[in-house]
Amino acid sequence: MTRIDKNPDGVSSAVSVRGLVKHYGETKALDGVDLTVREGTVMGVLGPNGAGKTTLVRILSTLLAPTAGQATVAGYDVLRQPRQLRRVIGLTGQYASVDEKLPGWENLYLIGRLLDLPRKEARTRADELLERFSLTEAAKRPAGTYSGGMRRRLDLAASMIGRPSVLFLDEPTTGLDPRTRNEVWDEVKAMVGGGVTVLLTTQYMEEAEQLASELTVVDRGKVIAGGGIEELKAKVGGRTLRVRPTDPLQLRPLAGYLDELGITGLATTTVDSESGTLLVPVLSDEQLTAIVGAITARGVTLASITTELPSLDEVFLSLTGHRASAPQDAVPADDRQEVAV
Amino acid sequence: MSAATTTATTTTNPNATDVRIPLRSHLRHTGALVRRNLLWIRQDPESMFDAILMPIVFTLLFVYVFGGSIGQALGGGQEQYVQYVVPGMMAMMGMSMAMSVGTGFNQDFNTGVMDRFRSLPIGRGSVLFAKIAVELLRMMIATTIMLIVGVLVGFDITDWGGLLAAVALAALFGSALMWVFLTLGVVLKNAQSVQGLGFLVLMPLQFGSSIFAPTDSMPGWLQSFTDVNPLSSLADAARGLMVGGNGPIAQDVWVTVAWSLGLTAVMAPIAIHKFRTKS
Repeated sequence: MTRIDKNPDGVSSAVSVRGLVKHYGETKALDGVDLTVREGTVMGVLGPNGAGKTTLVRILSTLLAPTAGQATVAGYDVLRQPRQLRRVIGLTGQYASVDEKLPGWENLYLIGRLLDLPRKEARTRADELLERFSLTEAAKRPAGTYSGGMRRRLDLAASMIGRPSVLFLDEPTTGLDPRTRNEVWDEVKAMVGGGVTVLLTTQYMEEAEQLASELTVVDRGKVIAGGGIEELKAKVGGRTLRVRPTDPLQLRPLAGYLDELGITGLATTTVDSESGTLLVPVLSDEQLTAIVGAITARGVTLASITTELPSLDEVFLSLTGHRASAPQDAVPADDRQEVAV
Repeated sequence: MSAATTTATTTTNPNATDVRIPLRSHLRHTGALVRRNLLWIRQDPESMFDAILMPIVFTLLFVYVFGGSIGQALGGGQEQYVQYVVPGMMAMMGMSMAMSVGTGFNQDFNTGVMDRFRSLPIGRGSVLFAKIAVELLRMMIATTIMLIVGVLVGFDITDWGGLLAAVALAALFGSALMWVFLTLGVVLKNAQSVQGLGFLVLMPLQFGSSIFAPTDSMPGWLQSFTDVNPLSSLADAARGLMVGGNGPIAQDVWVTVAWSLGLTAVMAPIAIHKFRTKS
């Protein structure tokens, strides 16, 4: 078997994408994407709807042929060696891709048989994974009767049957409530502990921070930033301090004052006049303390003060200067999934 | 597999070749997917309504509504028409089942599970072969029920060998039609369009044939259509095999076989290709 998975710098890469392009007529879903995921790491691909995230995952999992460019997964070329590639990947879609009419156990057994496991092994593996994802009690019920979280877990279990070395998670928690989202995160973290390489797409900075070690930010089919999570967070301001002065008239003067002091993060302070709050980027606890001290020293009374992770919108604003609001109809593939949710 | 060795300079290898899927695996995959489709029926027994009720309703309808008058034209009565229409209904079973395989397959596509199948290292044909296998089983059930109802309303089985040959011929033609409808199921956007287009094609084909009535009294232009309609050949062949006495049947049998093989040869690769490349 031909496996070539060394980069020029000699580091093994599980996913390697060079100049990937996918056009749907006039629409450029992917417009020259380069991406490398090192073995055993979790790469987060962050971007808004229509950025091309799903298109990327569909090309890497051989569901879609690229218009141009190269992509290899575990050393296998997506176009030339799709069968070998399919043997080493797991895929969990934006919507749960399980057979709703089939009981949970049958779903897993079917995938096992399609992966050429002998009957006995397919049975054991189905039992194991149901246990592992706390679905044993629901094993005999049709997957269609499962709750949203259970369905995602079954979907994750299904993608783990073949013990994949590369796992694609396409927006694994989109549409889930916060509690279920935490459940799915825990499962993903446990899987990553097993040494599998993960490429995860998401719209949430928080999700990327929870799961990924490296991040690629995409917008309108292009990579606009990439690097380690910490690095990127530093670039976009790490955390955001949100303060609301009791007197809204203080908003703008306070923003100017803080920028002048130069003690905030790399991005500039922004005024959200709608909610009457000031968004101050901060990089460290020391900085946070200094900012609060400066506000107090100026004699401004605060009605509320919170810290939060920058939202996707803020990340985009600081990286590109525009908001993360690509038109919904930009990418047909992403659109289709929207409907299916 | 190529013997190329690892180089440190490129990430792709122009000589990279893919593995072939062994026949044993193809059979295993098709078997696993047949099991899936059978479990669907167990989960949703109502999906068998068409295969069970359609042959009962249509056989009774045709025999009792048209039986008397068409039978008279045949020089007898209702008993005569039973002998005429039951073999013809064999052709109809294949058509109706073929249409349902198309709509079912289309619905399958609108769930995420097809993406999962297509991301697995299985032969692209397995999913389609499994569909056809289960649909042929449903067709056999429908045909059996139709024959039982036929016998109850007076059909005489004179030649068991001929009967089996007719069933086999109908199954062969039915499976060819299934490839056509699988293609439609992949290509068209939703199940309603598959059903809509299916009916549009089915109605003229079914009624513009010798399935339900002899074609002698039809106008000339229509007869030139019914003569080339493969359903007429299938119905005439089944009639000849099951009740005999209708002149030479060899030509009808061969025409039906030729249509079946021809349709399969053209449509099966198209269906598999469309399935493979559907985005």
